[in-house]
Amino acid sequence: MSQFAAETLTCVRGGRAVFARLSFALESGQALFLLGPNGSGKSSLLRLLAGLLRPCAGKLIWDGQPVQEDPEAHGARLHYVGHHDAVKPVLTVSETLHFWARLHGGDSENRVLQAMERFAITRLADVPGRLLSAGQKRRVNLARLIAAPAPLWLLDEPSVALDKASVKALEDAMAQHRAEGGMVIVSTHADIDLPDAAILRLDDFAAPSQEAA
Amino acid sequence: MFGLQNPTKFLKFAKLTGPWFALASALLIGSGLWFGLFSSPADYQQGETVRIMYVHVPSAWMGMFAYSVMAVASAIALVWKHPVADHIAKGSAPLGAGFTLICLVTGAMWGKPMWGTWWVWDARLTSMLILFFLYLGYMALAGAFDNAERGAKAAAILAVVGWVNVPIIKFSVDWWNTLHQPASVTKAGMPSVDPSMLLPLLLMGVGFTTFYATLLLWRVRSEILQTRIRNIRLAQIHGEG
Amino acid sequence: MIQYWELLKRELRLALRQGSDSMMVVGFFVLAVILFPFGIGPEPGVLARVAPGLVWVNALLAAMLSLDRLYQGDYEDGSLELLILTPAPLEVLVAAKVTAHWLTTGLPLMAAAPLLAIFLNLSAYDLGVLLLTLAVGTPTLSLIGSVGAALVLGARRGGVLISLLVLPLFIPVLIFAVGAVDAAQHAFPWTGQLAILGAILLGAVPLGLYASAAALRQAAE
Repeated sequence: MSQFAAETLTCVRGGRAVFARLSFALESGQALFLLGPNGSGKSSLLRLLAGLLRPCAGKLIWDGQPVQEDPEAHGARLHYVGHHDAVKPVLTVSETLHFWARLHGGDSENRVLQAMERFAITRLADVPGRLLSAGQKRRVNLARLIAAPAPLWLLDEPSVALDKASVKALEDAMAQHRAEGGMVIVSTHADIDLPDAAILRLDDFAAPSQEAA
Repeated sequence: MFGLQNPTKFLKFAKLTGPWFALASALLIGSGLWFGLFSSPADYQQGETVRIMYVHVPSAWMGMFAYSVMAVASAIALVWKHPVADHIAKGSAPLGAGFTLICLVTGAMWGKPMWGTWWVWDARLTSMLILFFLYLGYMALAGAFDNAERGAKAAAILAVVGWVNVPIIKFSVDWWNTLHQPASVTKAGMPSVDPSMLLPLLLMGVGFTTFYATLLLWRVRSEILQTRIRNIRLAQIHGEG
Repeated sequence: MIQYWELLKRELRLALRQGSDSMMVVGFFVLAVILFPFGIGPEPGVLARVAPGLVWVNALLAAMLSLDRLYQGDYEDGSLELLILTPAPLEVLVAAKVTAHWLTTGLPLMAAAPLLAIFLNLSAYDLGVLLLTLAVGTPTLSLIGSVGAALVLGARRGGVLISLLVLPLFIPVLIFAVGAVDAAQHAFPWTGQLAILGAILLGAVPLGLYASAAALRQAAE
């Protein structure tokens, strides 16, 4: 049973406070929806939770330990899916998945096959990245989630460019991940079905205009 | 340090001390020039041209000093994220580049009567030339980003890396110079300094330092104010959105 | 470190499949050196005299050609973020990147040097010393260059900017490398210069790795 919590996070970008005093707590099997208009800081929050951004104030806690004390351990327990798919034009789908899985510390042929099957890219295994469509690239990126296990998934608008069947595959993957004790944090504009997910509205934490220099 | 990492306190400090630094540099440089130009002897070898030294040598000092200020401020900005340290590093660069350029130009003016040519690959001058390019690289990098914060951070890392390299560059240029120095130039470095030359040199040195401090305070002040204006504009944009 | 080998393998695979980068670097290197006999005349004595400097200056420029692609691709396609989040020190991944850069530029430059030695009338012994300086000196170029390449990510005019940042820092390598070959040409001892080149390389390893990693982290923010 793990717990991931954020305490009074404040994020400043380009001299502007994007959000302030944001807190939440999440336990194994739970999911969190990030909602809010453009510019409310959904992407910033996810990057901050991943450790790509440093909070201006506040901290992240994993099982009672501050995340900043060991950023590598934090990297090992999360998957981050951002706006770009990290697919190289000259590497095949299977090479890409194996590479990211090994870099993440776990690589079993089995899991990579399972991942490709889950997102229906098995028949693309030997196709180089330059021939993939936007939706296919996104599915390769999402398959990383399965190819190497990690308890925390941070997904920034994962359903962009996906068709209905693929969104369904993603929903199934998330449901299974949660059933196995994983956590999911998703930002989205489109509808993704995530049963019993907690909802975090970022406009609730919008900082009043203030000087941040 | 004295709470000066706080922009508001720094503005107060700059407003209070700026005029005094300006006054001090006017007095010091004024008297230094008087002693240097009128009340000190000409060199028995170089004649009146030795007086170029009173500008050349202090600007060389300041060129190196400003780079150190820039690097230390950058390191502070990277570690403790004090916004004022960023402004100090950024403000110091063009000043240091200016002093380095003055040093190079006066060096050439001095070289013409002394060596009969505008430029010789003297070890000190060559090091200053490389230092000038280090400044240019820093300023180009700091200005190359649409996001000012990114530029400040990238430039700060470059300043620290450059600072670590400066002694290595200096050492290698000195070594290279002893290897290639033609015999005729060996003796024509710094003239042995007469005590009567030391006074104006010191006055000019301290005067240049206070002049640098005056300009730096002024630049940092305007940087802080610019950041505030930008933030107010941003707040307006997002307020309407 | 498994991550080091995996990333190195991936980089080499990318270089192999995208092709031509190494070939272009070597092509530029040879062509630029060949220009000089046209510029300064083909007199064998003169060419041999300036050969060490010529080869090294052009090696610097050639090594810089491929620098701006070192991190740019990963920065644009999101790979950089995932590399930063990899459960291994970012310095290790930078080391893999730098190794790959050296294998695809420094090493090919060394391979091309004997050809240039023939063109420039350099003796076999001097060529040996030149190769030694290239072997010890070019890894430093990759390390320092990596810092420059990481710093300009997201900047306007990144490619030109790298040269302005990196070339002044290359000067010590140039001085001691050319100094060693010059000394060998005049039958002076040259191991001292080579030792200094080695010391510079040893210093450049931690500096290059830490500074590159710091630059990459701030680029991904």
